[in-house]
Amino acid sequence: MSVEYNATELMACVASRSLENRKSVFVGTGLPLVASMLAQRLHAPELLLVFEAGGIGPKLPMIPISVGDSRTFHRAVMAASMDYVMGLAQAGFVDYGFLGAAQIDMYGNLNTTVIGRYDKPKVRLPGSGGANDVGSLCGRTIILMRHDKIRFVNKLDFLTTPGYLNGPGARERAGLPRGTGPYRVITQLGVLGFDEETKAMKLLSVHPGVSVEDIVNNTSFQLVLPRDVGVTQAPSAEELRLLREEIDPAGIVIGG
Amino acid sequence: MKFIEEGRGELLGWMHPDDARRWMAEHKSRGLDDKRTTMADAVHRFTRDGDYFAMGGFGHIRFSMAAIHEMIRRGRKGMAIAGKTAVHDVDVLIAGGVVDRVDCAYAFGHELRGLSPTGRRAAESGRVRVVGELSNAAFQWRFKAAAMGLPWLPARVMLGTDTLRYSSSRVVEDPWTGLPLTLLPACYPDVAFIHVHRCDRYGNCQIDGTTIEDVDLARAAKRLVITAEKIVGEDEIRSHPDRTVIPYFLVDAVVEVPYGSHPGNMPGLYYSDEDHMAEWLYMTRNEEGVQEYLDKYVYGVSEFSEYIELVGGEEKMRHLERLERLEVPFEAPWARRG
Repeated sequence: MSVEYNATELMACVASRSLENRKSVFVGTGLPLVASMLAQRLHAPELLLVFEAGGIGPKLPMIPISVGDSRTFHRAVMAASMDYVMGLAQAGFVDYGFLGAAQIDMYGNLNTTVIGRYDKPKVRLPGSGGANDVGSLCGRTIILMRHDKIRFVNKLDFLTTPGYLNGPGARERAGLPRGTGPYRVITQLGVLGFDEETKAMKLLSVHPGVSVEDIVNNTSFQLVLPRDVGVTQAPSAEELRLLREEIDPAGIVIGG
Repeated sequence: MKFIEEGRGELLGWMHPDDARRWMAEHKSRGLDDKRTTMADAVHRFTRDGDYFAMGGFGHIRFSMAAIHEMIRRGRKGMAIAGKTAVHDVDVLIAGGVVDRVDCAYAFGHELRGLSPTGRRAAESGRVRVVGELSNAAFQWRFKAAAMGLPWLPARVMLGTDTLRYSSSRVVEDPWTGLPLTLLPACYPDVAFIHVHRCDRYGNCQIDGTTIEDVDLARAAKRLVITAEKIVGEDEIRSHPDRTVIPYFLVDAVVEVPYGSHPGNMPGLYYSDEDHMAEWLYMTRNEEGVQEYLDKYVYGVSEFSEYIELVGGEEKMRHLERLERLEVPFEAPWARRG
């Protein structure tokens, strides 16, 4: 049976499936939240949500507008502070972290600060926010973003948040916690990971209807292309029902 | 001492810890004084042009909109703001000409609502200058260093990135592990406003829900004005001393401002007013709209209670209260489905 769905819905489903039960995740506004809420309703009911403003383990009644609003500690186990949750992440309590970006490079480094020159930006973006903290301190980071040549670049205009920096061992040399780093990049075209040896971005699967060529044509840098690239599993009817009827009925995130 | 790396960002708000101790000793009375006053008086006495300013809360959550309006009406200018998840606060302050420098962890954005037209225009035209970059945790711990009376605190964030290179932090080799470690310079804002649920006349404050960065910010700020939804009797504070998150001797003034966080969310009391946020984002697409907004909602009123009437008064506030309690469905005018 085939069900109609949009790219955002598919991204939410893939992100949700990459989270594990009984693990913790540092959640940002928007798609990461939708993905985490979906995971909690399906395979990961004990997924622990952590918000940068201090919300820990809420029962989210709706999608918060802000990572600091009252929904982020609705029936939570704790309403703490930024100091507390960032300290938790630094101490190793946060297993996953979600990030988005305007630009990404082959090592999963991210830019959310400026497009163009720093002192004369074409577009001034908000900056790190909690992104650098998530990318530095969480166990595995999952990046959700649009896939095109303007965003998947050879060289970032600004390196806001660390991926694998300039390759194997670079994070450790910079002083970042051992065993951390980007884990998945989920786009509207496919799912990517990172080569264990070289830390370069590697194609894992293409979404239904997308070819490997489409991925290559929308990426400015050289991707690691395994011989066998799978096809991403399409959203199930149940996943779509939960997304549309329970998690985001107003279409705040998955509308378009 | 040898630095492995030194950020090129401008260092704002730092003080020698002994100078900071002296400031706190001389300016923060341990006496129990009735600090209640008006918003206009608090802004007049405790803010200066050119101040390094910090807002409590989270940019559009539990923030002191009333203080922002008053600073604009008073014509404060040349201020630098701690862009610690600055959202609607910095946006309106930029629009009102109060802020011309941002120490930036997060600014120029509106979280889920998208980028901010006002903030972006100001930053891209150079009217507002970003003095440095840092992360949210870095900002929080800069306040914590100040709160602890230390010149800096170490952390494992920003390492290896341009965020560090454009920050005011330094990287050194940790004497225990040998690992590179970021040293975050203490940050003592000249003035901070923190909006709370309730406090007594002396400034002992309770906050419902997350305290965000405010426990440390309150101790770091050289001057601290509390705006409160409600001023309560001393007995209510002393009956639950475990609930006090900001004690009176940190506080310089106390102002009662019901709905003082509108159009932002005040946890437990009222949700954010998305109709008003949408109006702001729509009107501020150009400078004429910015002026129109300010004329109507800021210059056109003399105090915050008049503004609350203007945005819908009692009926609107009841709706936002019901929304906070999840009694009515949420709708966002800026949402994409439709």
